[in-house]
Amino acid sequence: MGKNVLRKEGAAKVTGEARYIDDLRFPGMIHGVTVRSDIPRGKLLGLRFEGDVPWNEITVVTAGDIPGENIVTMHEKDQPYLAQGEIHHSQEPVALLAHPDRDVLQRALRSVKLDVEPLPPVLTLDDSLARKHVIWGKDNVFKSFRLQKGDPSSIWLSAPRIVEGEYVTGAQEQLYIEPQGAIAVASPAEGVTVWGSLQCPYYVHKALKPLFGLAGDRVRVIQTETGGGFGGKEEYPSVIAGHAALLAWKSGRPVKMIYPRDEDMAATTKRHPSRTRIRSAVDEKGRLLALEIEFLLDGGAYCTLSPVVLSRGTIHASGPYRCDHVLVDSRALATNTPPHGAFRGFGAPQSLFAIERHMDRIARELGLSPEAVRRANLLRSGDTTATSQIIREKVDFPGLIATAARHSGLREKCRSFARSNRGGRFRKGIGLACVMHGAGFTGSGENNLKAVAGVEITPEGRVRVLSGSTEIGQGTNTIFAQIAADALGISYDDVDVAQPDTRSVPDSGPTVASRTCMIVGKLVESAANGIKDTLVRGGLLGKRYTRAQFKAACSRHAARAGSLRCLMSYEPPASVSWDDANYRGEAYATYAWAVYVAEVSVDMVTYRVSVDDFVAVQEVGKVIHPLLAAGQIEGGVAQGIGYALYENVVWKDGRMANNQMTNYIIPTSLDTPPIRVFFEEDNREHGPFGAKGIGELPMDAPAPAILSAVEMAIGVSFDKIPVLPEDVMHALEGRRGG
Amino acid sequence: MGADPKRALVRFRLNGKPIRARAYPLTRLLDVLREECGLTGTKEGCGEGECGACSVLVDGELVNSCLFPVVQAEGRRIETVEGLRRGKKLHPVQESFLRHGGAQCGACTPGMVMAAVSLLREKPKPSRAEIREYLSGNLCRCTGYVKILDSVARAGEAES
Repeated sequence: MGKNVLRKEGAAKVTGEARYIDDLRFPGMIHGVTVRSDIPRGKLLGLRFEGDVPWNEITVVTAGDIPGENIVTMHEKDQPYLAQGEIHHSQEPVALLAHPDRDVLQRALRSVKLDVEPLPPVLTLDDSLARKHVIWGKDNVFKSFRLQKGDPSSIWLSAPRIVEGEYVTGAQEQLYIEPQGAIAVASPAEGVTVWGSLQCPYYVHKALKPLFGLAGDRVRVIQTETGGGFGGKEEYPSVIAGHAALLAWKSGRPVKMIYPRDEDMAATTKRHPSRTRIRSAVDEKGRLLALEIEFLLDGGAYCTLSPVVLSRGTIHASGPYRCDHVLVDSRALATNTPPHGAFRGFGAPQSLFAIERHMDRIARELGLSPEAVRRANLLRSGDTTATSQIIREKVDFPGLIATAARHSGLREKCRSFARSNRGGRFRKGIGLACVMHGAGFTGSGENNLKAVAGVEITPEGRVRVLSGSTEIGQGTNTIFAQIAADALGISYDDVDVAQPDTRSVPDSGPTVASRTCMIVGKLVESAANGIKDTLVRGGLLGKRYTRAQFKAACSRHAARAGSLRCLMSYEPPASVSWDDANYRGEAYATYAWAVYVAEVSVDMVTYRVSVDDFVAVQEVGKVIHPLLAAGQIEGGVAQGIGYALYENVVWKDGRMANNQMTNYIIPTSLDTPPIRVFFEEDNREHGPFGAKGIGELPMDAPAPAILSAVEMAIGVSFDKIPVLPEDVMHALEGRRGG
Repeated sequence: MGADPKRALVRFRLNGKPIRARAYPLTRLLDVLREECGLTGTKEGCGEGECGACSVLVDGELVNSCLFPVVQAEGRRIETVEGLRRGKKLHPVQESFLRHGGAQCGACTPGMVMAAVSLLREKPKPSRAEIREYLSGNLCRCTGYVKILDSVARAGEAES
């Protein structure tokens, strides 16, 4: 524990031996593609199969071919696998084609003509709010929350100062390097088996059952090596897996579907665009007296996970600050764009961006430093959050700020940049952001989920971790093996981690929400302890033992009683109480706390902003694997830099216009600064050996920290991301021109 | 199976072994490697030469195999990630990526490793700035590049 053991599947990855979905080939396998709508909203009147194409050789699936329910099982039963009469977004799947030859398939794809009657689309939050066209439910609202603490309306009249602002974030593409893909084998006799690049095998399992009307034991989902997810392979794989399985079911052959990058970018989910309006009452020292926050998310055409994304965004909307009077009104709205979905941070990066920019606005309007305004408000142990949760663990923001300031030179640079920025081509700035990120599912989520994970031993004395949590690059295999090895007092090398396969591993819940280490890892620890207790109580093992004695005990147990497997189910801690109706109580069992500092320079000739240095300080409980943990933070920060400065989804008629890596820009090695990561390990009461969640945290703070630094550099406060060179140009030239 | 007249015979050396492939001349080298030669270590990330996941070496030069028509491979020496290790022993760059956290999800890793090998052949002890510059054609979405740069720098130290 706390050691940098070698990544379990690391050797397979560096040698190219790791098998990703597109690396698998089955005998008789054919390829599948999706015919999509090309209008954002309308009626689908019919399909014509034209052109010089051997249609008799091609397997064609339309909605009428679906054996079960034409619904992608998710929160609401609103999204069809294949359009049936109605088109709700520009990438709506309307038919599926399969053929052994991919060139023939491409010709066929171009030769399907859609007869449609276009309807006026709803493409913006304002259009959705205006309800001129109602495209979802009664009011275009997927979900709304109202979170209240105290009574802000009692404060406005007497408030010394009122500060208001509006903050906007764009869509963001996950851009895992391995595109989405699945292979299916399916028939009425054999049931359905799907291999895929995915985060949540049991989500796919749950979706395939009603699609084919099959019982659970006739559906099997196997995760193959997965080349990144970041939330993008949370809910979407249910779609591509279902499509591949429908083609396999009809053709009677294994079907592989791999999205080319342009299709992946255009059709799959992205981070929800957001708009946040904040009205705050503050005193002369910048202390928050009241906060009223309106938080809106663009959910796209179908509900997918929007209610849950909205929930996390809502709870994080007042940031890591104490305020006695808080009202958050939030809504996820429908538009005719492809559905938005899970992406690292899950609503929190959007609402935390807004509150952090707002703290800078308060500082500006009151003539205080951004650091001073934060210091006046940051949560301490014993304070309550917006959901009236009392923070019982140690929260040491002054300590985190001090560490971040020391390593970044924050205070000295604030002074020196102010002097050096009077002239010259490059203007420099440094900015900070303070955030928290709740670990695990929100409120009663873990309670309802009842995750299960386990450990088993083999007669040869090897230990196998059994869990539905997936390795997607973040290190699940490695930390689970470390946890089991430490609990059992054996070598890391004696532990294997089972490939997630719904036939052989339990449902550990989805691999999301920074829950894998803290929640599922804890179950692995408990299960390993269960194995040890069984062997000790059975008299097979002493209290202290060697590797050889452990192996001998495993083989004696196998001979005497057969296999030994211990499964553990999640039990909520006694202190967690959550009122779902009023959104009050213990929103999360614990939080990670962080202070990030970004240093930037702005080129006054090209208007390019570059991040020159980055310091990330966080308290995350016990760090299980320092190298992997730092890798998580560094990768998240790089995505945050992209979110702030590069990643611009250009929408045209409800369709992503720049759906290529050529024109959707993510940071390269040249755009990413040294990222210096520091962990504090103050709290040890949660998770295995005291580990809390960290996966999403690093996505929260980079964007506001960078914009704060840009503000120092050039005196322009941007409240919308991404900030592109042309935005800097317009702002500076507008100011010059008057 | 009758010979398709549109397919041409292409001969090249792949990781030291002679290959005779029949392919349409404009077939991407990437597809020939993955589908005809069965070497799936080389990955497709974008298909347009932006991400570098498909990086291989042609006569020692780093190229995106998704933009490289197989006909141009005639008579040339191709190296892929599968050709690096000697028996069970990892190449120093692979070993360094494994030890220093250079691989997370692994999808960019084969291409990144090939780019690093190419750099270290040209310049055995590159500076941090030179590594950043050289790898800027290989995108990674997991690591923020920090541990990749560490891995390449340490591989350079280990080799010399």
